[in-house]
Amino acid sequence: MAQVFSARAVLLLKLAALGAVVVMGTGLIATYKYFWGPDTVAEAPEQPIPFSHKHHVGDDGIDCRYCHDSVEKSSFAGIPSTHTCMSCHSQLFTDQKMLEPVRASMATGQPLHWTRVHTLPDFVYFDHSIHIAKGVGCIECHGQVDRMPLVRRVASLQMQWCLECHRDPEPHRRKSSLVFVMRPTSEIRAEGGLPDTKIQSTRRLTDCSTCHR
Amino acid sequence: MSELRRTFEEMPQQAVPLERDAAGQPFIRVTRREFLKLSAAAAALATAGCRGPVEEIVPYVNPRLVAPGLPQFFASAMTLGGCATGVLVESNMGRPTKIEGNPSHPASLGSTSVFEQAAILELWDPDRASALAMRGQPQASDALQTALLGRMQRLEQRHGEGLRILMRYESSPTLAAQLQALAQRFPAMRVHSWEPLHRDHSLQGARLAFGRAVEPLYRFGDADVVVAFGADFVGEGPGHLRYAREFMDRRRYRENPPVNRLYAFEPTPTLTGAIADHRDARSPAEVAQALAQLAGALGGGKVDDPMVAAAARDLQAHRGRCVVVPGEALAPEAHALVHRMNAQLGAAGTVVQYIAPICGDVDCTRSLQELVADMAAGRVDTLLILGGNPVYDAPGDIAFRDALARVPFSVHHALRMDETSATTTWHVPLTHFLEHWSDARAFDGTASVVQPVVAPLHGGFSHHEMLAMLLAPVAGGPRDWVRAQWLGNAGDAQAGERWRALLRDGIVADSAAQPVQVAARNGDFTPPTAAQPWTLVFRPDQSMHDGEFANNAWLQEIPRTHSKLVWDNAAYVSPASAQKLGVKSGDRIEVASGDARVVAPVWILPGQADDTITLPLGYGRARVGRVGNGVGFDAYPLRPAPMAWAAPARSVRRIEGEHTFATTQNHAEMEERDPVRRINVPEARELHQKPIENAPEPETLYPGWTYPGYRWAMVVDLATCIGCNACTIACQAENNIPTVGKEEVRHGREMHWIRVDRYYEGSQERPRTHFQPVPCMQCENAPCELVCPVGATVHDSEGINVQVYNRCVGTRFCSNNCPYKVRRFNFLHYTKRDGEPPLDARNPQVTLRMRGIMEKCNYCLQRITRARLETEREGRRIRDGEVVTACQAVCPTAAITFGDLSDPESAVSKAKRSPLDYALLRELNTRPRTTYHAKVLNPNPDVPAPPAGEGKGEGHMVPPTTPGERGGG
Repeated sequence: MAQVFSARAVLLLKLAALGAVVVMGTGLIATYKYFWGPDTVAEAPEQPIPFSHKHHVGDDGIDCRYCHDSVEKSSFAGIPSTHTCMSCHSQLFTDQKMLEPVRASMATGQPLHWTRVHTLPDFVYFDHSIHIAKGVGCIECHGQVDRMPLVRRVASLQMQWCLECHRDPEPHRRKSSLVFVMRPTSEIRAEGGLPDTKIQSTRRLTDCSTCHR
Repeated sequence: MSELRRTFEEMPQQAVPLERDAAGQPFIRVTRREFLKLSAAAAALATAGCRGPVEEIVPYVNPRLVAPGLPQFFASAMTLGGCATGVLVESNMGRPTKIEGNPSHPASLGSTSVFEQAAILELWDPDRASALAMRGQPQASDALQTALLGRMQRLEQRHGEGLRILMRYESSPTLAAQLQALAQRFPAMRVHSWEPLHRDHSLQGARLAFGRAVEPLYRFGDADVVVAFGADFVGEGPGHLRYAREFMDRRRYRENPPVNRLYAFEPTPTLTGAIADHRDARSPAEVAQALAQLAGALGGGKVDDPMVAAAARDLQAHRGRCVVVPGEALAPEAHALVHRMNAQLGAAGTVVQYIAPICGDVDCTRSLQELVADMAAGRVDTLLILGGNPVYDAPGDIAFRDALARVPFSVHHALRMDETSATTTWHVPLTHFLEHWSDARAFDGTASVVQPVVAPLHGGFSHHEMLAMLLAPVAGGPRDWVRAQWLGNAGDAQAGERWRALLRDGIVADSAAQPVQVAARNGDFTPPTAAQPWTLVFRPDQSMHDGEFANNAWLQEIPRTHSKLVWDNAAYVSPASAQKLGVKSGDRIEVASGDARVVAPVWILPGQADDTITLPLGYGRARVGRVGNGVGFDAYPLRPAPMAWAAPARSVRRIEGEHTFATTQNHAEMEERDPVRRINVPEARELHQKPIENAPEPETLYPGWTYPGYRWAMVVDLATCIGCNACTIACQAENNIPTVGKEEVRHGREMHWIRVDRYYEGSQERPRTHFQPVPCMQCENAPCELVCPVGATVHDSEGINVQVYNRCVGTRFCSNNCPYKVRRFNFLHYTKRDGEPPLDARNPQVTLRMRGIMEKCNYCLQRITRARLETEREGRRIRDGEVVTACQAVCPTAAITFGDLSDPESAVSKAKRSPLDYALLRELNTRPRTTYHAKVLNPNPDVPAPPAGEGKGEGHMVPPTTPGERGGG
């Protein structure tokens, strides 16, 4: 029996099938990239100043709240003003070229423009203060920033990820006084740092109206 | 294949002719490897471009006292008609987004009218003037000072001869001090006042009665019987919020003090008429007759009019605990007559007190007439117009525009380049009250400091800075001038503390005016009572005020309380008058008065007096902005100066053509389901004495909900609701609700989350009007939840039917299934319409909805959340009263109660236990969380009941019934 498809037609079919696979693959990658935010979880975005949390938190031991001063009272943790940076850097590393943008900002009054690392859609109303008050350590969402020369995202920040904790918050909670300690919650809990606050029922925590309005 | 190369680099430099297919189109032949390479490159390029939006965080340079994400509140005051209402301005990271009433301010008590709510939109209006202009041409910012410099020197040599200032009603003590200083520098200068909604008649009436100009202050809390003659004391005028609170508090059913009683005689339906136990529609002449008859009856005379006779007996039976209230529109003689009656009835000094006029003893009409005469005669060479828009709103028989054109140097200092700016030489942008320092007095004299909440968005400056240009240089800025007004020049720590307290509280302590002792003279006060074939009644439009809010889309789209018209004004006529004119709603008539003729569309309004035509002022603006230009008709040309509120028409005739109105009246049709329940005081007493029986809830097939925590619920008291629309617009401001425009309203697509339904009862001629605010009922058995295919409307653990915008796909099944019709759908991308506030003005705590999304009331979820976060941080429950919804906060009469049903002692739980509580459409078994209290009426049995209507005609005519069935929830 003669071949139904000519060699040329077979080649075309194969190419078309291959093309479809490539297009689908490209689409998948694009979707992944788009919805998973500006960077993959492991990648740190570029910043105007290569600010190192590793240095400031890990080496110097500065408390989170020194810079993120509204984290306990507001939804927004707060990004330090240039003035806050200069409270040390008017004395320290005053000749570092790396810090030129900070000095320029102080001199000109023009603010620094940082690139957001953790971003949520506009219809999500996340509140830092309540998570801090209920014993959710910074590390739960932000990872060990004391070991990050440049901050990167360690969690997907997708609703599924939020809900994992909202459905079963206990393993993620610790003693209120240890919220800012940069050590895994499991360790802290093992050492007796169990939560000392009450939280609302998981039914309430998983209501749509808890985060969306 | 020989001419193809493996890579682009291998290709020859010169062009290779392409092979062509059968149709002559060129095609490229590609090897498998090249194809794969190109695909990979394309994929890499495509994914490289696929990054989510990169957002920036821009911190402050210097730390502020602002915690990002937390709103701050600043006390200030907004003036309308010269009198201040204290407000608290919510600022989110420096951007004013919402206005609340100031609970410590006597004119606010925590509530506001629609105008204070809409002031936010005025502030952010992109059509505001942003540059100094001379004859319409933009100028450098110091050009005016340069121009003024030489002129002031010449004026000083002439002692100010030829210098005139025209201002509105002003109660600012700082401004008064500046004017005084100006009068010292320019002794021959004159200051004129013009306020289109002036209080000339009442001041003249006081002059007639007492020999001096005073203003009445009412204490409605002490009045058992009130008789109003064309007075809308709960709906408009200085102090109306306070009056509404005090008066309506006495409408709640109680044994002590008893429910008050109100008689109203008025030509056109007002909010006060709607709450009256007895209301009669009468032409202005008939109102004056009724007043004269009442005066006669109180003097022992006999009257035929049964309503007047009953009112007279009621008043005499409540001496010292009653009051007669005259409307501004009454003739001065009528005001004088009322003053004498109040003295006879023992009301003067108790229920009504008199104070010196807040905005000074001025007669606007005479003042403007004198100015125009001088301008026309060439005696004015420098005119400074501080605010206002006299070219637009001067009476038709005062030729202000022509006279103004003869003034060689005129300056208009106003928010917008309007009709007046088009005629003056200069236009100077004025700052909004949220942008400048000033001060003002409330209706009772209490002073407030107006403090800026944001730097001027469009440049410009305040009246104080304007006047300072004419004065010798004074040290400091406007803030220092206002501070010096109240604290002198003290700079010590104690003064600093007092200044901070003053700014924090929003009022100057103990600054209320002292009552003055006046005695009513004897005299023959006979108001003119001659009937006219047609009487024109001029009223401020409920939303436009005198026209200054014409560019405000929120106010344009608020349904007028009785007609439910939006984006329009209309000539209101009674059904009988419409028949006489041969017109129906939407037909056009030409009205002539004086030399002016105005064409207006007709709207038939039940409850309007026969042979009167009500013409709302404030529409037909030519130069106000994109939203308000050319909307409605301008009735000012018809308004004669001496008869500013009611004037005979020279002719009225129907003309060809039809007008298309947009009304929300019939969109929320409830058929004959008796949504508003009414009860008279005796029956209410009976109900309260009976033990409360809960009617069993009807059977339901759905499993019940369990609520482990809070159960939010609301009660709307129809006994105290005055239908003023403040809730609707407060909700709009709080929840980022868009306007949709006239055309979309005609399609029934208005977006208000809480609407105020209006129902009529009885005949078209003498209807009783009822208002009912309708937010989402938050049903326990919510029909909307069952039909959503994507779970976008769900029941949360506290009983709120939440709408999840990010899930909604816009099927509108929920809206279709909602018996209360409270769901609103974004048919178009309304938030991007012209006239919508910019993003900066939006509430950051509420998601902006896009096209294709359903939305509705959610009991101000963001406010519940704010309280929840606060209390959870402290580790305690939310206390009763810690969550106040936007509608509840703004309500002048505190008709809305909100709270947690799981707390039996909460205000809302107590309210739900009232025998007057009922559920709307209870028969549907939706078990709403929002319930109503029946409207309590206290009619006088001596007054014959109005004839029952046929139930035909416009609107909803509902038969009277009584409550008794209790709602669930």
